[in-house]
Amino acid sequence: MAAVGTADRPLRVAIIGAGPTGFYAADHLLRSATTVEIDLYDRLPTPFGLVRGGVAPDHQKIKAVTAAFDKVAAHPRFRFFGNVELGKHVTVDDLRRHYHQVVYCTGAQTDRRMGVPGEDLSGSHPATEFVAWYNGHPDYRDLTFDLSVERAAVVGVGNVAVDVARILCRTPDELAQTDIADHALEALRRSRIKEVYLLGRRGPAQAAFTNPEIKELGELADTDITVPAAEAALDDASRASLERTNDRATMKKVEIIRTYADRARTERSRALVLRFLVSPAEVVGDDAGRVTGLELVRNTLVPTTTGTLQAKPTGEHEVLPVGLVFRSVGYRGVPLPGVPFNESWAVILNEKGRVLDPDTKQPLVGEFTAGWIKRGPTGVIGTNKPDAAETVQCMLEDTAAGRLLTPAEPAADAAERLVRERQPQWFSYADWLKVNETEVAKGRAGGRPRVKLTRVDEMLAVAGR
Amino acid sequence: MTIATILAKKGGHVFTVRPDQTIREALAILAERNVGALVVMASAGPPVGILSERDIVRRLVRDEQAFTMKVSELMSKPVISGVPQDDLASAAVTMTEKRIRHLPILDGERLVGVISIGDIVKAQRDEYQGEVETLETQLIEEGRGKVIKH
Repeated sequence: MAAVGTADRPLRVAIIGAGPTGFYAADHLLRSATTVEIDLYDRLPTPFGLVRGGVAPDHQKIKAVTAAFDKVAAHPRFRFFGNVELGKHVTVDDLRRHYHQVVYCTGAQTDRRMGVPGEDLSGSHPATEFVAWYNGHPDYRDLTFDLSVERAAVVGVGNVAVDVARILCRTPDELAQTDIADHALEALRRSRIKEVYLLGRRGPAQAAFTNPEIKELGELADTDITVPAAEAALDDASRASLERTNDRATMKKVEIIRTYADRARTERSRALVLRFLVSPAEVVGDDAGRVTGLELVRNTLVPTTTGTLQAKPTGEHEVLPVGLVFRSVGYRGVPLPGVPFNESWAVILNEKGRVLDPDTKQPLVGEFTAGWIKRGPTGVIGTNKPDAAETVQCMLEDTAAGRLLTPAEPAADAAERLVRERQPQWFSYADWLKVNETEVAKGRAGGRPRVKLTRVDEMLAVAGR
Repeated sequence: MTIATILAKKGGHVFTVRPDQTIREALAILAERNVGALVVMASAGPPVGILSERDIVRRLVRDEQAFTMKVSELMSKPVISGVPQDDLASAAVTMTEKRIRHLPILDGERLVGVISIGDIVKAQRDEYQGEVETLETQLIEEGRGKVIKH
């Protein structure tokens, strides 16, 4: 019999998760000298993961990466099985019966908690849920956020926190040019929010947002930005650390933030207040269990042995009167049914992308991982490309060495039969392209990139199911 | 990016040796595990030292009896260690300044991993590559549809 990975006997690979990492992994595999057949699964009918459901609607340029993914999907040995969920419609055992290799690229599907009292009061939300809501994720489209309050706090200074603050501060006119979900656009039109606080636990030099992101916050149509001068100033430890690492991008960032220091209000109707060196200590509520404020503790910076500056609470407290709190202190991976998990880092237990047996710490034959569920939620979209390449290299090495699963039903037809049987409402890439066309056409009328379908039923109808 | 990102895909492997083991035993572990240093752990508590290829080579070149010496006699101490929340950049500068190639990572007193200077170089390279990739995609998209005049 021909070796696996040849034209007569292609390497059969299931990729779980159709976000950027899933597509990058597919691309690397299809470009290799090995003949590979790929089935890309996603629990949603729509592909692209956080490019569709996470990247902010007013950042369309970042979404341009999907053009490259469309090219991958057009490959004759690529299939998309959307609306099919691992653990619900298919199991790891099913996959072992149909594929030589399985790659988990499921990302980080939940958020980290702040771990403070009052976190679950009404009006305190994970920022990721707000993001999924305004981006029209079917699982989150029916959430409600009380935008009738005047002040909101966003805890965190990473890109998600910045996105949430910016969306809260944009005017309806600005938002109406984007592909923000219609339900969110309507709700934000009625928003009465006047002040948004963006809270960093460390100083300006340690903030995770990028320079273009912080600059953009100063260029909003109807929002003034400001930062207390004392908090914009660089402390001695941060200055020494910057000089030590000679980090020019961060020096520039500190400079941009300094230009916002104590900026006076203009006639603009909203204010965005950047705060540094504060951590949430408690979400404060009223008798009805609604958020009325956020108690903050001031921090000071203390270096670790390697010189990283960490926040240490001083004991000095203040209460910020806000009616909404969005926590954005990081994403967190969730375990997949039947796949070993490393609780310490909230990732699949792996070495360079090879999934490990938790008892022996040896690789499990034929199981791999890539992206955020492999290394944790870091980097930009493109960071997943070298990450997926590392995993694919392991996959090809194992293929060459014959370390593969031995599927009882390796035919491509058999896998499709399984999917049809378990989930008659599965979505092909052609189905998605119909949804895409419909969305883009709907958007064209209003001068928008697209108008998103946000219910699976609507998507099925458009696909003619 | 933090050290935790590097540890996340190292499978939780940490290669250790006891202070009372011999250099010959330590060399066998180094060779078998294909690593450049071992963390020296007594029965309890934080690491008591670190033993690198260099520590052994420096001694062996002038003393062939070194094979039978105890790990505790050749190890470097005190151990310079990091925490999972350390920034990659700070760790990189510390390792370069102190001329160390392996950094044990402690969570409290618990040893959770070791990162090498090679791990840091690779993580930084992947980070830059990722940013370049993302910027390139955006530039290509911006350029699309524009008429190029010669």
